[in-house]
Amino acid sequence: MGMNSKYIETDIIIIGAGPVGLFAVFEAGLLRMRCHLIDILPQPGGQLAEIYPKKPIYDIPGYPSVLAGDLVQNLLKQIAPFQPGFTLGERAETLERQADGRWRVITEQGTVHVAPAVFIAGGLGSFEPRKPPISNIADYEQGRGVAYYVRNPEDYRGKRVVIAGGGDSALDWTIYLANEAQSLTLVHRRSEFRGAPDSVEKVQQLASQGIIRLITNAQVVGLSGKGHLERLSIQHDTEGIFDVEADYFLPLFGLTPKLGPIAEWGVELQDGAIAVNTFDYSTNLPGVFAIGDINTYPGKLKLILCGFHEATLACQSAFKVVNPGKKLSFKYTTVTGIEGLPAKAPA
Amino acid sequence: MADHLITVRVIDREGQAHTLEAPTDMGLNLMELCKSYDLPVKGTCGGMALCASCHMYVLSKHELPPPSDDEVAMLDSAFFVQTNSRLGCQIRLRDDLDGLEVQLAPESE
Repeated sequence: MGMNSKYIETDIIIIGAGPVGLFAVFEAGLLRMRCHLIDILPQPGGQLAEIYPKKPIYDIPGYPSVLAGDLVQNLLKQIAPFQPGFTLGERAETLERQADGRWRVITEQGTVHVAPAVFIAGGLGSFEPRKPPISNIADYEQGRGVAYYVRNPEDYRGKRVVIAGGGDSALDWTIYLANEAQSLTLVHRRSEFRGAPDSVEKVQQLASQGIIRLITNAQVVGLSGKGHLERLSIQHDTEGIFDVEADYFLPLFGLTPKLGPIAEWGVELQDGAIAVNTFDYSTNLPGVFAIGDINTYPGKLKLILCGFHEATLACQSAFKVVNPGKKLSFKYTTVTGIEGLPAKAPA
Repeated sequence: MADHLITVRVIDREGQAHTLEAPTDMGLNLMELCKSYDLPVKGTCGGMALCASCHMYVLSKHELPPPSDDEVAMLDSAFFVQTNSRLGCQIRLRDDLDGLEVQLAPESE
């Protein structure tokens, strides 16, 4: 387990804190079930908060228009009485069934979550680095020369580094590492950069001063080296293929949504989504449900409002998993109001 | 064309050509059209120019609306990009696109 290892017990573990995961807390709360959400992003809201907080959404019933960011804030307010827990900035890595029948979800940082029911509300999956299509690139990952993030800039001090990409992160790291690295080469497919104008100018300056080597209209097409990266093949639009010696290659092409570890959990998949039974959005694993954009079934529509419905029905079945033998009676909030859950004493 | 119906030719990744009939009065885009014909276009992000899984090459000479900043940014970080690259999800089907011909770009991770 990692340094931050923590242990959390709850009724429902919700993987993904997007709008559908958040609303599931409300429906679960009405049935007196406690929830804990896990999300790889540092804040709740999923895509709505991360990608389009300022975009209006027009198909939330009762809201002619609502900004995505506002919808998230409203959902957080709506679920606040039910005191959900959050594990943010961590990716749910494994899902395993314990001997006692409950499910255990562990994040890559070692946080352990245990509950009788799990809702997978992972949306598009997790956003992961876009990897260039170089056949043997995996051979050089994991400390052998290729990295998709700069975790520790010190690693590159005195090394020969090649960065590829044309956006802000490629430009920013080029500028940052220019003085750390023994040599730095920036490779970009076009001659224009779409990063911040200041950064573009700075990079051009570094290139004209000879501090970095700038290769535009070119792409990295091959990697070689024994055990560790030693050389890259670069294909230039007009000058053909040539080699550049390098210790490290940093392809910085942004993030792309991937199903990620979920694909390894044993849930039945169909076309990259989790197959569910539309009776209660249950998966093939008992007590594990999939709601929102991550699931699929005949007639599936990837809409927030459909996800809300899915969350509501999944809670009805989850109640039976969480409270075996207990009777469930359906109540309208208008009749009963909202009775919150007490804050949970720290474990 | 009759009744807001156009024909679009799509060449898949195996080189097979498919002729698709497309309504132009339903706000469909090229990604959605391909998906409705079960062509191997994922459209993972649902049409927000976020994933490039609907990356295509435009082969015919049709005049298309220029790409938005979002689309340019996405194509900038996609792979196998050529000068005629577009994201299918950003191309709304219109009457003047009758006879449009596109080819699906190779899939990348």
